[in-house]
Amino acid sequence: MTSAPAPDQTLGSQILARCRQDGRAALIGYLPVGYPSVRESIAAMEALIEGGIDIVEVGVPYSDPLMDGPLIQRATELALDQGCQVDDVFTAMRAVADSGSTAYVMTYWNLVLRRGVDRFAADLATAGGSGLITPDLIPDEAAEWITASDRHGLDRVFLVAPSSTRERLAVATAACRGFVYAASTMGVTGTRDSVGSAAAQVVERAREVTDLPLCVGLGVSTRAQAAEVAGYADGVIVGSALVRALGEGGPAAVRTLTRELAAGVREGSR
Amino acid sequence: MTAQPGIGRFGDFGGRYVPEALIPALEQLDEVRRKALVDPEFVGELDRLHRTYTGRPSIITEVPRFAEHCGGARVILKREDLNHTGSHKINNVLGQALLTKRMGKSRVIAETGAGQHGVATATAAALLGLECVVYMGKVDTERQALNVARMRLLGAEVVAVTNGSQTLKDAVNEALRDWVANVEDTHYVLGTVTGPHPFPEMVRDFHRIIGVEARAQVLDLVGRLPDAVIACVGGGSNAMGIFHRFLDDTSVRLVGVEAGGDGVESGRHAARFSGGSRGVLHGAATYVLQNDDGQTIESHSVSAGLDYPSVGPEHAHLFESGRAEYRSATDDEAMEAFRLLSRTEGILPAIESAHALAGAMVLGRELGPDAVLLVSLSGRGDKDVHTAARWFGLLDDEDGMP
Repeated sequence: MTSAPAPDQTLGSQILARCRQDGRAALIGYLPVGYPSVRESIAAMEALIEGGIDIVEVGVPYSDPLMDGPLIQRATELALDQGCQVDDVFTAMRAVADSGSTAYVMTYWNLVLRRGVDRFAADLATAGGSGLITPDLIPDEAAEWITASDRHGLDRVFLVAPSSTRERLAVATAACRGFVYAASTMGVTGTRDSVGSAAAQVVERAREVTDLPLCVGLGVSTRAQAAEVAGYADGVIVGSALVRALGEGGPAAVRTLTRELAAGVREGSR
Repeated sequence: MTAQPGIGRFGDFGGRYVPEALIPALEQLDEVRRKALVDPEFVGELDRLHRTYTGRPSIITEVPRFAEHCGGARVILKREDLNHTGSHKINNVLGQALLTKRMGKSRVIAETGAGQHGVATATAAALLGLECVVYMGKVDTERQALNVARMRLLGAEVVAVTNGSQTLKDAVNEALRDWVANVEDTHYVLGTVTGPHPFPEMVRDFHRIIGVEARAQVLDLVGRLPDAVIACVGGGSNAMGIFHRFLDDTSVRLVGVEAGGDGVESGRHAARFSGGSRGVLHGAATYVLQNDDGQTIESHSVSAGLDYPSVGPEHAHLFESGRAEYRSATDDEAMEAFRLLSRTEGILPAIESAHALAGAMVLGRELGPDAVLLVSLSGRGDKDVHTAARWFGLLDDEDGMP
């Protein structure tokens, strides 16, 4: 999986590099567009940035989200019921970019395929996005996306998991640009009482095959967990806990939780 | 095994659109099933179960009184309905359950719509001493309450899935979520010829026996190959099973019949080839019912087993290459065929299989009395008695039915 280097680093890559220089992990916050409405979801993303998020991960609601647990399933179902469309994700990306940050889109593959891979990439680049996180696309099936992301200078973030063999770690990380998404556990999104030792192990094993930043997601929800993960990872990805905060307390609660998590990643600096 | 582009492809279709976390399990499964299929011990054990447990070979039955409604063509049924558990599903399930043991796993999970695949999986799990969890949409658990009880009697846990549309596609999502979390000791017994590689190929190979037997049986009875082989297509496992042995017999038309629901023009159907488009769902590139954004559109059919918005990728390839043709039968047409076979031949077909019978009625009229039609009677109608009785208004007291 070789490809020509992008002409310039994405803003997302630059932010990750800056955090690395500062000797701390980046904080990445996930929210789905359209929950509880498109307008309020964008307000919540702005609250992430005000709270000190480094990078925003914008989810696209999908009818069959097989990597998501009940909390995000319910939020994205509601978004779809209210008529949220794929177009709305680009509105959200633009708003994040206008607030001085950048976003990655987390999307199931059929939504990209349906829009047209190159068109999706072009729209993403135009809206100031940094790249795509693709939970149900493995590099082996990604030839079209690799071409499009090269053409539009976008990062491509594939996942690695505790079950990944050394060979699969090599395949997946070689295809990534920007960062690598390390799933902390065998399972779907959701808050968990503890992050578990598998996360540190998968990061350690991935480091043997890549120099890219390794960001850990799935099950990170508290300041203490963020600090713990920041002790060994280059980025801490929080999703379900932010979605729950938004549902319970609106953008203000998102801002408060983000401040906590931002303090956490600084406490855990390596 | 080395990851290579184009693995598990049928033309443009198939592949592996799944989380990276599942790749090691899929590679293990691929390796184990390839070895098993050439291992005399595995092949012998599966063959023994076919003969002594399932009741194979299943017979063929010529149905002349039904054929009067098919333009006078000769109609021959392949009787998968006579298998233990009442459908073709057991062929695949026994194979996968034996593979589960070979992989050293102790737990199986499955999705089910009407309950046929869930019952077959619960049966195989009981036979081989495996823990079994079956995911079933809540809507389906309510309309197939007897099959839920059947699975529980066999020792399986049935989980009612309450998210999404609460039907088969959501049961698949939930089974995949379970599998990601428990893949170390759990095998996902996928019930049809879709999903990530190697499932479409493996499930087809376990059902291939249907066509192998039927081809020899028809040759023996008629002295020549049939003019057409007809099967219903939900995910498409019974159809791939009976089609596959005939792929090289270019004189034989292969006809898949999808669920037309209220009619393709109504938008309420499961006709992926006339009402859907290229897409990815549940791990495979194939044809999908979807909107302009790529969101899955819910399918509709009187038959729970055909009520699925996607279809096996090999069917998508046979469709685009033209080797097979795909038609649809509406709920009304299928139920008329159900009624006719019951009244003329004393055989209650599964409503799924009744779609193939409806296809035979149309094709027989097109081809005339010289034609020989082989129809896959994939399942029996016992599970559908309540639905059919309601459809035909045969219940004196709606609340009186179990």
